[in-house]
Amino acid sequence: MLRGNSRSKKFLAMAAGLTALSLLAFAACGDDDDGGEDGDTTPAATSAATQPSSGADFDYESLSGEIRNDGSSTVFPISEAVAEEFSAAAPDVRANVGFSGTGGGFEKFCAGEIEVSNASRPIKEDETAACTEGGITDVVEFQVAIDALTIVANPENDFLECLTVQQLHDIFTGTSTTWDQVDPSFPAEDIELFFPGTDSGTFDYFVEAIIEGVDETATHTGDGTSSEDDNVLALGVEGSPNGIGYFGFAYYQEAGSSLKAISVDGGDGCIAPSLEAATDNTYQPLSRPLFIYTSAELLETEPQVLGFVNFYLENTNALSAEVGYVPMSDELLAEQVAKLAPYLP
Amino acid sequence: MGAGTRYVSAEAPSLQATGKVARRQAMSRMSRYVLLLATLTGVFVLLYLAYDTINTGWDRLSWDFLTSYPSRFAEKAGLRSSIIGSVWVLTTTIIIAIPIAIGTAIWMEEFAPKNKILTLAKLNLANLAGVPSIIYGILGLAVFVRFADLGPSILAGALTLALMILPMTVIASQEAIRQVPPSIREGALALGATRWQTVWHHVLPGAMPGIMTGTILAISRAAGETAALIMIGAFTFIAFDNTSLRDDFTTVPVQIYNWTIRPQEAFRQNAAAAIIVLMVAIFSLNLVAAIIRERYRHQ
Repeated sequence: MLRGNSRSKKFLAMAAGLTALSLLAFAACGDDDDGGEDGDTTPAATSAATQPSSGADFDYESLSGEIRNDGSSTVFPISEAVAEEFSAAAPDVRANVGFSGTGGGFEKFCAGEIEVSNASRPIKEDETAACTEGGITDVVEFQVAIDALTIVANPENDFLECLTVQQLHDIFTGTSTTWDQVDPSFPAEDIELFFPGTDSGTFDYFVEAIIEGVDETATHTGDGTSSEDDNVLALGVEGSPNGIGYFGFAYYQEAGSSLKAISVDGGDGCIAPSLEAATDNTYQPLSRPLFIYTSAELLETEPQVLGFVNFYLENTNALSAEVGYVPMSDELLAEQVAKLAPYLP
Repeated sequence: MGAGTRYVSAEAPSLQATGKVARRQAMSRMSRYVLLLATLTGVFVLLYLAYDTINTGWDRLSWDFLTSYPSRFAEKAGLRSSIIGSVWVLTTTIIIAIPIAIGTAIWMEEFAPKNKILTLAKLNLANLAGVPSIIYGILGLAVFVRFADLGPSILAGALTLALMILPMTVIASQEAIRQVPPSIREGALALGATRWQTVWHHVLPGAMPGIMTGTILAISRAAGETAALIMIGAFTFIAFDNTSLRDDFTTVPVQIYNWTIRPQEAFRQNAAAAIIVLMVAIFSLNLVAAIIRERYRHQ
């Protein structure tokens, strides 16, 4: 009896320990992985937003089959939104979206495992070669949106107007810690940094463009205020006269415009962050195009793929704005539509 | 008598240890508090995490949350396809892994010749149990998804997870079998039972509670696995109910991962709510295992 008791006690303790372990693991997941893999950090454009138009004259309802869409986690929110709406328009098509990364997406696409690949950069030569090897020689690229960052400073800051990529690099690697180190004409005040959390796509993109773009071996400084919440960053910059920070362009447009946007000199003079500069690709290196890829053969032989891409292009501007990206200009969108036109019935 | 009285009155605290003994006793007294502190540290962190998760996600829990497909709108998104996917994958994993694991353990403990090859195999099992899950994902992608041409299907996912939990389950089962006293085997054999009868009627029932523990631990690990499944190409946005082993799928942890990396606060609440769902599911699994174990023990 006594032995039984102590055993069942031990068992209970074990069960509790087990549960505790799993609990710990999951809870840790939930707490530490906060952040945004997407390049943008707009706080939910979740209100009932624009309902996408249900397509010009394409008959989506008669489509059936499967669309597998995988790749960049930056593009994922757009593709998810498109797939969600597409599932409603074409109820017999299974539109599945995953996010194994741009490289992972291309690998699967070239192996013929998925029909549409999401990418936050153009396809690389070795990836094209891998596709050719996998029998896919007719890759077709469509731009679907733009991802952009904005550098912001305190509204009362009267010395900052424009920074070069090198200056930004020095500030955010921690090489320059006071403003007069950035430029002798600036005051000798300490620089206060505000930047998104390391898990976010915004942070990744900034590191890629500014930190590693100048020096491969450089790393982003950890000194400063880091938050996954753009509101915290915006409030931080607003409250510190010597502060500087960055977040997604869409957030700046929506909620951050009380801050002072800093122009960026990527080598061709100072360019202020604006919708135009982001769409015409002059706001460099802090704006980048986002793509989807498929093949001509799939567009010709699989009607549901053609339907999905057509639906994507019809709705991407409305949906990408909704999930926090910069929509394409009308001309840029027209270019993409023109690429698809030859395949349409 | 007189002498005794004098002795006591002269040295009253004589039972008090001095010198080295006193130090050891002090150390002993202190150790219980130090150990208690160690225990409390873990418990506190755990309780805090549980509190934080429940606090964040509780309001989001509703029937709709369990029965809706994923969505770009956090408040409309739900776990339907991921719960169905998780159930499919886990059930298949259990069906594949458990018989193989128990079979392997029985053979290694009861039938295998005790030689160097067996020792080497056991050593490798222990090593395999420590291999990171992403490695199993890479293996699954190469072997099941590509070579066996299963695609990123439920079957491929379950085979990958089965492979992942096999070493753990085999080791736990082996240990449980080893706990069965040799006298039981000898008794059965002496009474004329065959080797298989001995194993089936005596060793296995005796080892069952231990095997169950290891199995449940392994299944819990599989239930929370994300990296390996993303590696083999599990999807995240799935808007249909799985009906076959060849279907594309998503699971609850993959959905949680997706929601935690979104910048919007509302998606994090979804993630916390989904964590609560997963936690309750695993807790129930443990409870069921507890009941089964206790039954076996009393038989």
